[in-house]
Amino acid sequence: MSTTDLVDDPRRAVRAARWAEFKRFARRFLRNPLGVVGLVIVILLLFVAAFAPWLATHDPYLPNLAARLSAPSAEFWLGADELGRDIYSRLVHGSRLTLLIVALVIVTSAPVGLIVGAVSGTVGGWVDVVFMRITDVFLAVPKLLLALAFVAALGPGIVNAALAITLTAWPPYARLARAEALVVRNSDYVNAVRLAGASEFRIIVFHVIPMCLSSVIVRMTFDMAGIILTAAGLGFIGLGAQPPLPEWGAMISTGRKFIFDQWWIATVPGAAIFIVSLGFNLLGDALRDLLDPHLRQRN
Amino acid sequence: MNRTLRLFTNVGTWLITVAITLLGLAALTFFIGRVVPIDPVIAIVGEKASQSVYDRVYLELGLDKPLWMQFWEYVTKLLRGDFGTSYSTSRPVLQDLLDYFPATLELSTLGLFIGVVLGVPMGVASAYWHEKWPDHLMRIVGLIGYSVPIFWLALVALFVFYRQLGWVSGPGQVDVFFTGIVTHVTGSILIDSAMQGHWDVFWNAVSHMILPALLLGYYSLAYISRMTRSVMLDQLSREYVLTARLKGASEFRAVAGHALRNAAIPLVTVIALSYGGLLEGSVLVETIFSWPGIGNYIYSSLFAADMNAVLGGTLLVGVVFVFLNMLSDVLYRLLDPRSRELSR
Repeated sequence: MSTTDLVDDPRRAVRAARWAEFKRFARRFLRNPLGVVGLVIVILLLFVAAFAPWLATHDPYLPNLAARLSAPSAEFWLGADELGRDIYSRLVHGSRLTLLIVALVIVTSAPVGLIVGAVSGTVGGWVDVVFMRITDVFLAVPKLLLALAFVAALGPGIVNAALAITLTAWPPYARLARAEALVVRNSDYVNAVRLAGASEFRIIVFHVIPMCLSSVIVRMTFDMAGIILTAAGLGFIGLGAQPPLPEWGAMISTGRKFIFDQWWIATVPGAAIFIVSLGFNLLGDALRDLLDPHLRQRN
Repeated sequence: MNRTLRLFTNVGTWLITVAITLLGLAALTFFIGRVVPIDPVIAIVGEKASQSVYDRVYLELGLDKPLWMQFWEYVTKLLRGDFGTSYSTSRPVLQDLLDYFPATLELSTLGLFIGVVLGVPMGVASAYWHEKWPDHLMRIVGLIGYSVPIFWLALVALFVFYRQLGWVSGPGQVDVFFTGIVTHVTGSILIDSAMQGHWDVFWNAVSHMILPALLLGYYSLAYISRMTRSVMLDQLSREYVLTARLKGASEFRAVAGHALRNAAIPLVTVIALSYGGLLEGSVLVETIFSWPGIGNYIYSSLFAADMNAVLGGTLLVGVVFVFLNMLSDVLYRLLDPRSRELSR
């Protein structure tokens, strides 16, 4: 590709620049071994969730009372639970539920927080005051307890659990987006589009929100670990996914009775939760180091 | 004159902020209790209640009034200390909560103590040997603390240290043999038994408490050590530390006497916040260790469909949260002379 091509086709030039930028980013990311481990764990999770029916060796729902509570063996790789269901197969299928909850929470909480924060920061005035007071109230309440009370009122279930976690997860995004919006609000290019007659709505959607995205994405990666832990906690209490769904937290809660004699029933799903949330934390750490220039020197 | 006036307006706006936050908290629990359930009456009386029972409860709850009036009544009741009656214990919720709260406080205070005693030195060491092996080690320890589901770790710890090794006592506050010996004074088993001279009960309670306290300590340690590290990294790179070293101060003096002293101010905030986090983290840990605290109370109320108790517990922990935030704010101002200058 010669320079004249680039001049002739600006679109291609933009694409080439983006590609170069991505390659530079990828190279810097690969230099952080812990971040790569995190990425591998997350990719593995996605892979397992995508191919769950092919990876599972047994039906995750079919009881087999003859194999009740059997220890890990060649037949049951990670043992069997109190109804004789293969724990490995349930674990594999449960990865889909974990991803489902995380996805539900992220697609609801991040946009809500983003919009509240961007509007609050851009419009300012009493809108800002009211929105931020509401955000502060939500930030001041204990998260797990609020989610717990909310699910208790709504009734248990996976969607209700996700809703409850959303209720507690959006405020940090609002704070973050507001801080970015405050900076962007008075920048020259926003003033330029405002002079050109763009509406407030257009400014917020096309000019403020895109600027907040990168910090929101970093925050999202971090949050996923927390969401997984909260969802598992709700499942453990019995307010998340209901039996017979193979949700990991709920699996720990059924294995709890057998912890002293058949320890694998409760420990195996817990280890899965731990590995997955560790993966998201490692990935989030690495992304923050790459994308946040303030922290780059220090951490 | 002018200075006192400004002080008063500062305190005034601050009080208003706290009041609004508390009101918001009440609005949230009100919303969860009254608006979220499709029919709060059925939530209490059940599906099969007769029409007359339904109507009576409907009127007792004041559901015929407009929503804002219901909320007003709810808030005035809360201010009078009326959290409603628990359906499962049929006692006022507030009384239940006050009975259970000291045990939670005891456990989380012990947890915080462990978290601070281990977490702060870990963070300092991590910052001092930045990017060397102690730093990597501490970061991994902290990261595991962030990623591990605490209820699972509690189960595993119970299996290893109680069942396999037999080093600690199992779930519960004291052995069955010792229950009922100590009379309830402060509600904290350690203080009560020590005051009444029942040292056998005291040591038994310690052996029951050590595992959950260590778990909560680890839970807060992850956060405390990470924040300490980041604050200390910032302080150690400042020029005053270099000056101290050039003047011949020992390494210990430069780090502990100069850098850590300055880092202490933001750390107070961190510690206050993690105290709040511990109160919440103790919900899951208490259910596993059958610890007779507020977490266990909320947990068992959940299964009795006792919303008054659940919301009361949430509200109480929320209020403690808000006050801890306030406290950290006040301490910050008291400790940091610069923020005092600014507020004048």
